[in-house]
Amino acid sequence: MRIEPIVGRYGHMEIGGRAHRLYWEEAGEGIPLLCLHTAGSDGRQYRALLNDAEITSRFRVVVFDMPWHGKSSPPEGFQDEEYQLTTDGYVDLVVTVARALDLERPVVMGCSIGGRVVLELAKRHPDLFRAVIGLQSSAFAQRYFPIDPLHKPNIHGGEMCAAYCYGLVGPGAPLAHRWETLWHYMQGGPGVFKGDLHFYSMDGDVSDRLGEINTKVCPVYMLTGEYDYSCTPEASRETAALIDGADLTIMDGLGHFPMSEDPERFKGYLMPVLDRIDGMS
Amino acid sequence: MIEPLQELVNANPALVRRGRWTDADMLLGIGEDHWLVAIRAGRIERIEPEAWAVSGWDFAIKGTQEAWQKFWQPMPPPRHHDLSALIREGKMRFEGNVDMLLANFLYLKLILETLRGKV
Repeated sequence: MRIEPIVGRYGHMEIGGRAHRLYWEEAGEGIPLLCLHTAGSDGRQYRALLNDAEITSRFRVVVFDMPWHGKSSPPEGFQDEEYQLTTDGYVDLVVTVARALDLERPVVMGCSIGGRVVLELAKRHPDLFRAVIGLQSSAFAQRYFPIDPLHKPNIHGGEMCAAYCYGLVGPGAPLAHRWETLWHYMQGGPGVFKGDLHFYSMDGDVSDRLGEINTKVCPVYMLTGEYDYSCTPEASRETAALIDGADLTIMDGLGHFPMSEDPERFKGYLMPVLDRIDGMS
Repeated sequence: MIEPLQELVNANPALVRRGRWTDADMLLGIGEDHWLVAIRAGRIERIEPEAWAVSGWDFAIKGTQEAWQKFWQPMPPPRHHDLSALIREGKMRFEGNVDMLLANFLYLKLILETLRGKV
């Protein structure tokens, strides 16, 4: 048996004034690198990063499952609520987890909804984060597809979420990683993906606030896959143009889940960014 | 044009298993041309070309000629590699019983992809 170096634990903390039981995984030592998964998925998307000795020899990679996702539970009483992610709630979540885990000025890297919230974090809390990396990051994403079918009794939610995301994986992604990525979506709780999309395409428009980001205090790196039709390269370009000093690279062949759908190809784009952050720390 | 679909799906046990609860008459629109694809228990029972006057289909997937041509390239270009992408581009639309279509969305995406490099 080969045992991975990842360690997973549960922590109890107050998030948004309510008690939560939260699951996180980590590996490595060095500069804290806090990673945020996409809407409707969980921390397994970063499995390759957590297993990469080239990264974990210099970075303490920390990945948590958002409440309602993966192995983190929803709060008590969830059965009578509709889950909806908001900008304030998401920012508070990331800051709370970073503090609870005692991460000292971590780098925060997020994908999709995570790629959006890191921009908000750079604006609101530049003192707390030494740099942000936005994957598939844009100020806003226009809704292009109905989201009610993601949580409807006559349609299997897991199958629907996977179908929704199927083409967001680049067509050249290795099959094993494509289907692992989709499996996480198939396992999401009912209505959770839909609830995250409330932030993605309703509440989380940061376009008018991007000019306030000071990249001299908190550098902003952006990496966007060329096959993403949800957060398109054009959307990332428009966003980067509004942030003075933002550093955007378009990643050939990759889709919406670069770290999970094709970790090897993604690494080629991520390492130069991590090297620069390491160099300035 | 899309006739190879029948053999490509029916000879693929994984696809047939995935669609084992799928019974649907799907109208496929490619530009001005229409085909009726009759799916029974995940197998393509028949494909009727020139289905311009057909009635009683469950749902339709209609795309421009250019949309399908790019979608069916062996390595399709960005924004043309998936039905959802083409919807977003405004080059495809769904009609009829869309809930039924979406309940079988993954299966439908996968069977339509089998034509890549074949048409």
